Amino acid sequence: MSEELFPEPEWLSEEVKTGTTIIAVTFDGGVVLGSDSRVSAGESVVNRVMNKLSPLHDKIYCALSGSAADAQTIAEMVNYQLDVHSIEVEADPLVCSAATLVKNISYKYKEELSAHLIVAGWDKKKGGQVYATLSGLLTRQPFAIGGSGSFYINGFVDAEFRKNMTKRECQEFVVNALTLAMGRDGSSGGVAYVVTIDKDGAEEKCILGNELPKFFDE
Amino acid sequence: MASVSVCQYHSGGFSFENCKRNALLEADINKLGFSSPAARKTGTTICGVVYKDGVVLGADTRATEGMVVADKNCSKIHYISPNIYCCGAGTAADTEMTTQIISSNLELHSLSTGRLPRVTTANRMLKQMLFRYQGYIGAALVLGGVDCNGPHLYSIYPHGSTDKLPYVTMGSGSLAAMAVFEDRYRPNMEEEEAKRLVRDAIAAGIFNDLGSGSNIDLCVITKGNVDYLRPHDMANKKGVREDKVYGRPVTGSYRYKHGTTGVLTKAVTPLNLEVVEESVQTMDTS
Repeated sequence: MSEELFPEPEWLSEEVKTGTTIIAVTFDGGVVLGSDSRVSAGESVVNRVMNKLSPLHDKIYCALSGSAADAQTIAEMVNYQLDVHSIEVEADPLVCSAATLVKNISYKYKEELSAHLIVAGWDKKKGGQVYATLSGLLTRQPFAIGGSGSFYINGFVDAEFRKNMTKRECQEFVVNALTLAMGRDGSSGGVAYVVTIDKDGAEEKCILGNELPKFFDE
Repeated sequence: MASVSVCQYHSGGFSFENCKRNALLEADINKLGFSSPAARKTGTTICGVVYKDGVVLGADTRATEGMVVADKNCSKIHYISPNIYCCGAGTAADTEMTTQIISSNLELHSLSTGRLPRVTTANRMLKQMLFRYQGYIGAALVLGGVDCNGPHLYSIYPHGSTDKLPYVTMGSGSLAAMAVFEDRYRPNMEEEEAKRLVRDAIAAGIFNDLGSGSNIDLCVITKGNVDYLRPHDMANKKGVREDKVYGRPVTGSYRYKHGTTGVLTKAVTPLNLEVVEESVQTMDTS
């Protein structure tokens, strides 16, 4: 076994993963999506400011987690397919259509892919909706969390979520959840991206690390 | 369910059968005690930065084959189009061929659209190709250029994910280079400051990483102009050996004076050779 003077850094061969905490919550009149911004390859952070909330259409976004390459590719493919679809039907696509397209790809290639996308948005028919597409299933939920950091906040979101929150309350809920997860999960961190979608469109916001709420920290 | 998908042959899509075969061969060879030949990797430190008027790309020039330096002055900044260049880390053959393929496709695309190609187009082509090969093409790239929408910089990983950032580093020396960037990067730098920053980042990689070395190449891309500075900085010059130390000659030169070695005997034996046959064949050199 030849010795390695300079062993190839593991991240060169390691797949780039998005570690991640992602969350999407419905409120009265729309949805709020949130994500952290850390992308890791092995133990090295390769991008500390990645926006994991990817637009699929004007009022439909998806949150990426898992393998960065797989998630980016799925999001870009569905973006293209939705573009074509919305031109064909001459109307804004339904959130359910976007979620179904994501689900179809995730299910057909479930052995090869390792990415989980949460699809959320607003449409005229059903208002604000959140769909989870883990492993190729499609389920509509009042809220959804995903990524490695989500395990740490399952209890928090179950206890704190209420139906029909206002837009402000919902944004606060999302930011609090992200902060708690980023504080406990090594693969999540950086800044918090928040996207609010309602009938007037999508509003993107970036909250820097030092502007996040403070919790117990000793 | 899982067993059904294993028996069924995938119709369409790339076939990775040979990758499985290679892995089996590798295991067999290792059992016999030999090691399969190592592919030439570029070890490498590559980086890029966006400044006020454009993009500065930088790279070291060492190519390694296992533990040996295969090429002391290889060129890692590849041409993609007149306004777009790409640095490559990872397996040297993969980066070379991938950039050439995309460069060729981009030229055809540019002729078809009648416009100067955009950096995001090159990014899409590269990431779609690398994703198709699921990471088996070991090419980690830093893609930079200036187009109608301004200067752009992308980092592209072997599995096909990309990041669009104002400063990126890749390669085995990337952590050393990123440390320099995180300390001194500012948005909207002037050209000289940006060149100095990139030069220092690559130097950090060269001196602190065993896989990177030799000189520093820079490529400055602005709207309508490209400066390909090779080499920009010869950080490692081969030294000149001392002829005399403290007045006494030191062995450094292996040229000895005529007569240094004494001749004891000398015998000359002529070999009488006869020409037996001589034929001339004319070659048609028209």
